[in-house]
Amino acid sequence: MTDGLQVTLEFGGGAELLFGNIKKHEVTLPVDDTPWTIRSLLTWMKDNLLKERPELFIQGDTVRPGILVLVNDADWELLGELDYKIESKDTILFISTLHGG
Amino acid sequence: MPVLCSSKCGKNAILKRPKTGDALCKDCFFWAFETEVHSTIISGNLFKRGDTVAVAASGGKDSTVLAYVLKVLNERHDYGLNLVLLSIDEGITGYRDDSLETVKQNRDDYQMPLKILSYEELFGWTMDAIVAQIGRKNNCTFCGVFRRQALDKGATQLGVNCVATGHNADDLAETVLMNILRGDIARLQRCTSIITESETEGTIPRVKPLKYTYEKEIVMYAYFKRLVYFSTECVFAPNAYRGHARAFLKDLEKIRPSVIMDIIHSGESLQVKDNVKLPVRTQCSRCGSVSSQELCKACVLLEGLNRGLPKLGIGKSSLANRARDQQDAEKKEKVICDF
Ligand SMILES: [Zn+2]
Ligand SMILES: [Zn+2]
Repeated sequence: MTDGLQVTLEFGGGAELLFGNIKKHEVTLPVDDTPWTIRSLLTWMKDNLLKERPELFIQGDTVRPGILVLVNDADWELLGELDYKIESKDTILFISTLHGG
Repeated sequence: MPVLCSSKCGKNAILKRPKTGDALCKDCFFWAFETEVHSTIISGNLFKRGDTVAVAASGGKDSTVLAYVLKVLNERHDYGLNLVLLSIDEGITGYRDDSLETVKQNRDDYQMPLKILSYEELFGWTMDAIVAQIGRKNNCTFCGVFRRQALDKGATQLGVNCVATGHNADDLAETVLMNILRGDIARLQRCTSIITESETEGTIPRVKPLKYTYEKEIVMYAYFKRLVYFSTECVFAPNAYRGHARAFLKDLEKIRPSVIMDIIHSGESLQVKDNVKLPVRTQCSRCGSVSSQELCKACVLLEGLNRGLPKLGIGKSSLANRARDQQDAEKKEKVICDF
């Protein structure tokens, strides 16, 4: 057992360009007193993963409008959005709708 | 804890629909998505049996989904359409050459013939060459004007009955907004129509089967159907003004998803008073394209490029026009001197 929460972060639709053009990141989130949510994950991503132009991914405390979020292949709008409590082995996918036509 | 599909099929929902707020499972979503496009096609009378339809294919999400869903519906509802792909190669290294590979993949996956037309063969200029000459300030103007005309020419060469474009509801709302911001009454009136047929004979109508389809659903559809599309930003600076309009709409949509439909509805309902003078659409005297001027925009831009006066036809053109007149005058003088 490793310490921390293991999750898979995936990017598509051009969002991967902000993350070193890598579509899939396996990450371990450090153990914390409070449970991890998408809200805290976004802060963590901004500090640890986001390679360039953070304003194209994060706006305020949430994702920039036009970026879709799926947790285990389900729309985060069904799961409480920022308040969704992340579980071990979750796959969280960010797809940009803003690129190309 | 999973949410159940609103249609009571017993499966878990995967998506909340922006238009209705319904939670749908994958199969019910596919069905709803395709059925809505079908009803848009039927109620708008977009096609006739036996039509050859060119799908304007860029390799991006919208045209990829459009080509796929038209193929599905053509088979499911027996439209009797002959579908082909039409792509424009603007000549942008590192952008269009890659996305054309995606279009070729579509051609193979969907078994549709593909025609690629380049700016270079149509106009004698690639976008790379244009940008080398004019810089990155107005390149989107050139690209947009040339693309419109390139699609017309390609459609004529292919002999198709109409061109289907991938414009979605979000695009349309953005265009309505842009035309309001620019005060472009003529375009504002035209831009929401589902079939853009000009009064001038010989031009091929454009149809927008995805006119009422939200961008979110297009991207989700492509994702769950595992459709491959190309999503790299154009390497040249994007149109900043349009970018702001787009970001503004996305912000509004977050608060009130129906804003997209509402703006389209506003655009459709706007009536221009009879006493407002709209430009009369005729034919370009040089190339025969639809135009409200003696020369169409593409011909003016092309003339500017070829004469080394790239500002011709852009924005306040009086300065550029004066430069052209001066060139003409100098030429005349030269002719006189030669005698
Ligand atoms: Zn269902
Ligand atoms: Zn012309």
